[in-house]
Amino acid sequence: MSTKQKTWWWIGGVLIVVYCLFPIAWILSLSFKTTADLANKQFLPSAWTWENYTTILTGTASDLFLPALRNSFGICLIATFISCVLSMFAAYAIARLDFPGKKLILGTALAVAIFPVISIVTPLFNLWRQIGLYDTWPGLIIPYLSLTLPISIWTMSAFFREIPWEMEQAAQVDGATTWQAFRKVIVPLAAPGVFTTAIIAFFIAWNDFAYGISLTSTSRARPVPAALGLFSGASQFQDPTGAIAAAAVIVTIPVVVLVLIFQRRIVAGLTNGAVKG
Amino acid sequence: MASIEMRNIVKQYGDGYPAVNDVSLDIADGEFMILVGPSGCGKSTLLRMIVGLEDITSGDMVIGGKRVNDLAPRERNLSMVFQNYALYPHMTVYENIAFPLRLSKTPDDEVRRRVTEASDVLELKEHLERKPANLSGGQRQRVAMGRAIVRQAEAFLFDEPLSNLDAKLRGQMRTEISRLQRRLGITTVYVTHDQTEAMTLGDRVCVLRKGKIQQVASPRELYEQPVNLFVAGFIGSPPMNFLPATLEGTTLSTPFGPIALDEQRATAVRGRDLLLVGIRPEYFEDASLVDEAKRPLGSVFRARVDVTEWLGDSQYAYIPYEAPETITAQLRDLSRELDSEELRTQAIVSIDSTSRIREGREAEFWLDSRKVHVFDPQTGENLTRDAEAGARLTQMATEDRVDQVQHAQASGQTVSGQSSGAHRAGAV
Repeated sequence: MSTKQKTWWWIGGVLIVVYCLFPIAWILSLSFKTTADLANKQFLPSAWTWENYTTILTGTASDLFLPALRNSFGICLIATFISCVLSMFAAYAIARLDFPGKKLILGTALAVAIFPVISIVTPLFNLWRQIGLYDTWPGLIIPYLSLTLPISIWTMSAFFREIPWEMEQAAQVDGATTWQAFRKVIVPLAAPGVFTTAIIAFFIAWNDFAYGISLTSTSRARPVPAALGLFSGASQFQDPTGAIAAAAVIVTIPVVVLVLIFQRRIVAGLTNGAVKG
Repeated sequence: MASIEMRNIVKQYGDGYPAVNDVSLDIADGEFMILVGPSGCGKSTLLRMIVGLEDITSGDMVIGGKRVNDLAPRERNLSMVFQNYALYPHMTVYENIAFPLRLSKTPDDEVRRRVTEASDVLELKEHLERKPANLSGGQRQRVAMGRAIVRQAEAFLFDEPLSNLDAKLRGQMRTEISRLQRRLGITTVYVTHDQTEAMTLGDRVCVLRKGKIQQVASPRELYEQPVNLFVAGFIGSPPMNFLPATLEGTTLSTPFGPIALDEQRATAVRGRDLLLVGIRPEYFEDASLVDEAKRPLGSVFRARVDVTEWLGDSQYAYIPYEAPETITAQLRDLSRELDSEELRTQAIVSIDSTSRIREGREAEFWLDSRKVHVFDPQTGENLTRDAEAGARLTQMATEDRVDQVQHAQASGQTVSGQSSGAHRAGAV
């Protein structure tokens, strides 16, 4: 690349980054503003304050926010874990075995993935109330699985297909059972795929609002996105914008941390060197 | 160590196509058997049935006296080197080689001892802590071999192990495999489509065509007493020349003049309108360079040379000839089946490198008629095959093998003492 081309790439890149990160920067800035400062028509707060954070973490909003944070973590991690394990087996079967109905499974998974969530929320609400799943962790984990499983199966089966068949056959000849071959050879090779899938599944569950607001009513199971909508100001004349912004920042942190931790594991081309190359 | 017996093995795929059709083959304990044939002949399928990666439709697979048809690969205790090596990329070379031992729950110090031995034999010592991705093609190949020999397997199976290497490395690895096999004295089945590998490595070679065994014999027997047109055309490079011929009395008349047959062979071929004469390139010679004493043993003919290729140590001349339509079509089919594309009917003859025969000129050639074979164009059968002579050649090869194994194992012991001794112990 010539210097000129490089310059253009840089300018383009910076523009895109600014465009994407601007709302986040704005929320960050809002979270440090005092209530009076919210509408000051300036990007930066005129006086920096931790007030909003103390409100949601220890102050009046904490009994709404903290349980929600715990719920969100618990529910999303469990949903991600179950979805990863299930999709790992499902995707392995889809990638390796030839069985009738394979296309049907993939098709159904895709159909479920594009099915509008909002149309199923109301019937689910009624059903959950009747069978006692309303406002419980499993009551959210189950619908979250329906969101995360299809995409997990699709991504994971793509990863499994990349792994040469011979790896497994070599392991079997070397004396491994099918299960050992899967565990000792296939799973480590598919690890980047598993982590990618886990992150995607976690995001989907973490970001959900429709199920979260409809299928919960108390802090027993209400996740953060739903809780954010229920924030109120100190008086009814006050906007809770600052507190919501602070909560949004806190909610973003685990996502960022997760990506930073796992990005080293999501190294494509781990199978390099397996075959002739 | 074990012998491998196959009895009427059939492999039929879902669409009914028999990839392997009624194959019966006995591989003796410690023998180096080559499965060879053009692509799609079923050689890899057969190998995969031995190791258990492919189900057997019918027939018996007996390894070491035990029927293994229904055993999983891991229960057959065979080791295999795959064409693309199939190394585990997330493990170091050490762990790759140790993998079979780990699976059998071998104690750590035993693992270390055996991996060290194997890596000594294969000169992988300084690479043990590296990952396969950082190794060269030849090194990866050796790791794959290491994984195979580290275990006390009943037999080694190789599936075109050298086809991904460049020509020079292939030559080196070929001798390496040969040496290793002799030293360990372990039954080996080796699949290849490369006839150089087949001829140099094998004690016996099994030539397959469309899932059927054509001939199982020592390389020499295959070369000198091929059972049919297919084997004759497949073995040898450049390939055997096939000329159309008709029999008159005891003389074959061919595009290259008359070829006299002895009474015995003439009787064998009599009674057919059209025949195919198979002559290997080296049975020809520039007539002017032939010893006077040898000259009467063959016939002399004149032909126009199309192209000559001088290779330093040898020289090839291409002589076009006319053939009837049916023969041309049949030869074309044959060459297509042998994975080559012969566009014209021409004979490739090998002449002395000092010969002054030039392209585009007429020249006089001498043809050694003692070793020609005559084939039936319809069935492809070799009408002049001397089965006894063939059997003698294979018998000699068998004796050589026993001798070589003894020698290799004896000298291996003195050269690298313990290591080979342990391997031998391991192999028994």
